[in-house]
Amino acid sequence: MRSLDRLTLAHLWLSFAAFAIACVFGLWQMLARSPWPAPFFTPSNYFLSVTAHGSIMAYVLPTFFIMGFGYFTAERALDRRLPLRRLAWAGFGIGIFGVAMAVATILSGRASVLYTFYPPLTGSVWFYIGLVLVVAASWIWCAIMIVAMRDWKRANPGAPVPLAMFATVANAIMWLWTTAGVGTELVFQIIPAALGWTDSVDVGLSRTLFSWTLHAIVYFWLFPAYIAFYTMAPKAAGGRLYSDTMGRVSFVLFLLYSLPVGMHHLFMDPEHSTGFKFLQMTLTVLVTVPTLFTIFTISASMEIAGRLRGGKGLFGWIGALPWERPMVLATGLAFFMLWFGGGGGLINMSYGMNAMVHNTSWVTAHFHLIFGGTVVIMYFAIAYEIWPHVAGSPANSPARQRLQLWLWAIGMMVMTIPWHWLGLLGQWRRVAQFDYTNPLIAQWGPWVLVSVFGGALLLASALLFVWNLAQAHRRPASAVDAFSFARALHEHDRAPRVLNGFGVWNVLVAVLMLAAYGFPIAQFLIDDRPAALVHRTSGRAP
Amino acid sequence: MAARTEQDVVRSELRWSIVVGLTVGAISLAILWAGLVRFINPPSNIETIDPNSVHLSAEFNEANLGTRVENGQVVTRVVATQFSFAPQCVVVPANRQVTLRFTSPDVIHGILVTGTNVNTMVVPGYVAQVHSVFRKTGDLLMPCHEYCGLGHSQMWATVRVVPEDDFKPDADGRALCEKP
Ligand code: HEM
Ligand SMILES: [Cu+2]
Ligand SMILES: [Cu+2]
Repeated sequence: MRSLDRLTLAHLWLSFAAFAIACVFGLWQMLARSPWPAPFFTPSNYFLSVTAHGSIMAYVLPTFFIMGFGYFTAERALDRRLPLRRLAWAGFGIGIFGVAMAVATILSGRASVLYTFYPPLTGSVWFYIGLVLVVAASWIWCAIMIVAMRDWKRANPGAPVPLAMFATVANAIMWLWTTAGVGTELVFQIIPAALGWTDSVDVGLSRTLFSWTLHAIVYFWLFPAYIAFYTMAPKAAGGRLYSDTMGRVSFVLFLLYSLPVGMHHLFMDPEHSTGFKFLQMTLTVLVTVPTLFTIFTISASMEIAGRLRGGKGLFGWIGALPWERPMVLATGLAFFMLWFGGGGGLINMSYGMNAMVHNTSWVTAHFHLIFGGTVVIMYFAIAYEIWPHVAGSPANSPARQRLQLWLWAIGMMVMTIPWHWLGLLGQWRRVAQFDYTNPLIAQWGPWVLVSVFGGALLLASALLFVWNLAQAHRRPASAVDAFSFARALHEHDRAPRVLNGFGVWNVLVAVLMLAAYGFPIAQFLIDDRPAALVHRTSGRAP
Repeated sequence: MAARTEQDVVRSELRWSIVVGLTVGAISLAILWAGLVRFINPPSNIETIDPNSVHLSAEFNEANLGTRVENGQVVTRVVATQFSFAPQCVVVPANRQVTLRFTSPDVIHGILVTGTNVNTMVVPGYVAQVHSVFRKTGDLLMPCHEYCGLGHSQMWATVRVVPEDDFKPDADGRALCEKP
């Protein structure tokens, strides 16, 4: 068991160390945008910082967390040794090498293109190659997850794959589909341009390929949170999962509907027609279905736990839950943030209302709340929950863990509420510094300062998190009970075949993607769209 | 929630699925209403232009930028480039439909006009077109809202909304911002 622990541990520490550093960058950015002075401020430092912060938060923190948690899940949920462990370590090596390459390039100031790339702006090729290596590492992980499930099914013919593993493999398969878009963009458009092999880029095509990835990647990040909702929170609360089937259905729906909807990020783009924008918007509405299912199933599971603990009446069960347990507390806080974030998301995805908020601070605030808030707080809770089994002894005391979770949730609300409001006032995103002598902008000042305060709470919480985890390494290894995931209220020894594998679903994804993206991509190849000359941010030749 | 048997579970799930279905239906209708009935129209005109010769084109050469009345229609043309707009200020009449047309000769930009629903990406190779009616008079900010390089933060222009009576195009139909 020890070596697996080290595999997961290595992934999680890489993820969290990068996260803590990126939070320092985040707070500095907050200061730079505020009426207060920020040390070392220059516009180029700002965009260097936003590139580092965005790339780490979007590509390093979630990817390595998901890989580490996936290896853990494969071994614990399937109750057998992980196959291809050597390969997993090789993947980690490739990944950490890629991260180092990308981060060093960003810090040298030669890749200030932000984590979304947006050619024809191009940075140093090492940045992109570093990120391609991270993606390659994650593909190795995907393959290992698929092999692990296949081996287990061979050994247990007809038995239902445990929900936690079923969901993990759903995520791995979704991620393979997801990365096809950005991978194609990087390999065929951006890297040749960064190397100087090509001198122009079809910008419409590159934006379309990136949009292929841009929505589903968010669900890739979200999956661990949902896995924890279904397979960890009910157990921590002292109850059972209300329905295992509902979980399978939700995870399959995520796989299906996360992909053919990315063009909702291009509503305000001139290279696509109304028809396909509308089609993908309609599909986007369906993405709310699995989330609504999840809210129901988890609430029902929690209700069971609350009633088992003596909760009475319509809402009495809520108070009866063991809120002192970090996993339960985090789930509650995550749901709370999901309410606000989900409401904001409905506005973003509306075809017309999007015009009010597109590329304003509203969007930045929205994804901090839902990704930085709801999702990342569950990463914390998962880490605390599995830490005794991964690091050999538990993280710091539950009281410290709760303090850290509360700080994160409060900081996130304090930071993002004014930030949303600023977006509605018209504050636009990705700006190094605002001219607060302009009366229109001066009225934003107080709101921005409230956000800065929220950001400071978040940084404090991030550092406390790392500290809490580090405490485990200062204590001798302690004996812990075997880890197990939540059990369902009604367990089965069979599952319907369609809900025990992904064959049919892969075919459906292919059909949906062909319908949603077939023509929108083909149009760039059919008629000759004008290409734009490559512009280097560094001003230097490659 | 009574969940003693599997049937109870399935029944409650079906009930909830109906609630979900209705919610999703209602959301779709609200979005359709906002998009179709209200005056909101994202740019979807797919009009191409060679980004390398924008300044030589009939439409976006320097003499034709800014606001112009054409066959009774108010059309405003702006070129977004690293790191400024041409022109830096445009004038438009209040309470009349204005067609705004943008393009870029270099990298991706985007614009919004504060306090309005004017918002579009400006992608090199394309002309982005949006329509709007400005209700309030005064100066509005029109910043570039997509990162376009290290000078991005300095990139913004002014939209001057004047009362209809003060909107006086010249003999050519052009209207320029007066010095503030
Ligand atoms: C200490 C906590 C944090 C603070 C103070 C903070 C602050 C900021 C600021 C000021 C920006 C720049 C916005 C702009 O220029 O428009 C930003 C961007 C961003 N943040 Fe954070 N952030 C924090 C944590 C997080 C977390 C936890 C995540 C996700 C897990 C995250 C993901 C991002 C991403 C993806 C961007 C986008 C950069 C871009 O627009 O290219 N941040 N953050
Ligand atoms: Cu999306
Ligand atoms: Cu810009």
